[in-house]
Amino acid sequence: MSTSLTARMNNRSRRGVIPGIIAILFSIVIFIVPFVFILLTASKPQKEASLLEFSLPTEWHFIENFKTVIATQDYVLIRAFINSFIVTVIAVAIQVVLGAMVGYVLQRRQSKWNGIINIFVMMGLIIPPAVVPTIWVLEGIGLYKTLAGLIAIHVAFGLSFCILLFRAFVETIPRELDEAAIIDGAGPLKLFFRVIFPLLRSTIVTVIVVQAVTVFNDFTYALYFLPGQGNETVQLTLYNYQSQGLNQWNLLFMDVLLITIPPLIMFVFFNGKIQEGMTAGAVKG
Amino acid sequence: MKREKAMMATATQSAQTTGQLDVTAGSVKKKKRGLDRYYPLYFHIPAGVFFVVLFLIPTVASFYFSLTRWTLFDMEFIGLDNFVQFFKEPALITGFVNTFIYAFVTSGTKVILGLALAVLLTSQVLGRNYLRSVVFFPVLVSTIGVGVTWKVLLDPQDGLVNRALEVVGIRGPGWLTDPHLALFSVAGVDVWKGVGLATVIYISGIVAIPSEYVEAAKMDGAGSWEIFRNITLPLCRPATVTVIILSLIGGLRSFDLIWAMTRGGPGFSSDVIASVIYKQYQAGFYGLSTAGNVVLFLVIALIVIPLNMWLNRKGQRS
Repeated sequence: MSTSLTARMNNRSRRGVIPGIIAILFSIVIFIVPFVFILLTASKPQKEASLLEFSLPTEWHFIENFKTVIATQDYVLIRAFINSFIVTVIAVAIQVVLGAMVGYVLQRRQSKWNGIINIFVMMGLIIPPAVVPTIWVLEGIGLYKTLAGLIAIHVAFGLSFCILLFRAFVETIPRELDEAAIIDGAGPLKLFFRVIFPLLRSTIVTVIVVQAVTVFNDFTYALYFLPGQGNETVQLTLYNYQSQGLNQWNLLFMDVLLITIPPLIMFVFFNGKIQEGMTAGAVKG
Repeated sequence: MKREKAMMATATQSAQTTGQLDVTAGSVKKKKRGLDRYYPLYFHIPAGVFFVVLFLIPTVASFYFSLTRWTLFDMEFIGLDNFVQFFKEPALITGFVNTFIYAFVTSGTKVILGLALAVLLTSQVLGRNYLRSVVFFPVLVSTIGVGVTWKVLLDPQDGLVNRALEVVGIRGPGWLTDPHLALFSVAGVDVWKGVGLATVIYISGIVAIPSEYVEAAKMDGAGSWEIFRNITLPLCRPATVTVIILSLIGGLRSFDLIWAMTRGGPGFSSDVIASVIYKQYQAGFYGLSTAGNVVLFLVIALIVIPLNMWLNRKGQRS
């Protein structure tokens, strides 16, 4: 590399070095330390963890704590993970398909219903769900305290966001494609599922990632609509752990660590996509 | 798949040629309307069923149930008594006031910090990608996980925060045990968790500003503060509107973080409407709980809808 080029590069990057270093130091104190604290406490023996110190464990009990927390209360955490995954996968799948269908027809067709549907979509984004009457409805259709009920709740409350994203993206698909498919003899179902739906792929990925994080992390709806033992979600196990008031911080933080792993995986693979999706949904909303 | 694409391409061509034949505007319009049957309204039905059954019906019903004494099995119409009780109990008034404080504090802080971070992270700064990631990650972690962790970190004696303050010689307060402080401590954690989203929204707003404006201003000798005041700030207005509306709605509805960290305590000092609703529900006062829901609904509608209209109108004028 020629000297003038390196000099220029140095000059350009030097401007951001000092604020960069300050920001990095701040970020370590404010964001990294809490996560390291979780990791360290989860690795300590019980006595040491109860001191709540920010220090390396004298003995690493990571694997042992892991085994204990999994085995607690008859392997409730494993059941909870299974429940959470079932709810997340099914709820998000339904949201994607139904949200895309509404967003597509809403964008493509001028109908007198559009106004009402748009109002409903905005309502769904803004209005807090009426909790007890929802329980009453769920009880009436026999879905209260069931995973299916919680799935249905997530679909109903999450659709608005999906519809907005899909409607915005359908706008970018040229109508000529629809016409071409129609001339080729596609009916409405074939046109949507074979031609349009595959073209929505980038939005579908966004919706899947964002909604999966939302549903997996949900605590409030699970607390209200899925109470009782036997069908806990992962967030409820953590809440129950904390409510018991036991002095087992190592196990509590092991639980925090474990339920943070799925979002962490999402983050590693889809960070850009999530940020894009969150802003897209936000700006349109 | 490939075959389909090819078919689509030829079909597009033929559609274009037929399009050229239909020159009159009227026939094009008719053709468009003719396409309607390919965009069937019944596509709305499955989503509509979920929405109507689990959102619309409960919401409408809540207006009636809020006027009753209700145990899910028994129901007695008592008029506005629930609302009277809601506003008579000092604890409930605290919850009402706290909701506003919480929402405005978190929302305001997210706007200021989010904008500041976004300006920093769109400039040529060392470690930009790392910083963007690290600020955003808490957005993805569950609120309960965040609440549990910060409850421990803010412990008055053993918590890491107060231990660190001790090293510098400051005696840290009881962040979550002091009634005057608890609500603000939770609000602080809310900002810690949510500022990443505000930052990302601002980043996308700032990146969308055409660089010509900034370059032209630089040519005219504008400093970075002037560029920020006269170009960045006005032109990322849509991002500001979004951050305000989103964080205000989130703040007004907020429940899980408060519940995980303080359960509304000490006393009722950090209760908000949503936590009051949960307490009434837990105690079996379903009518009262639903009345709380209606209050929350009205509060959000009365704040967010006019604010949204006002912010958007102002945006159009400028």
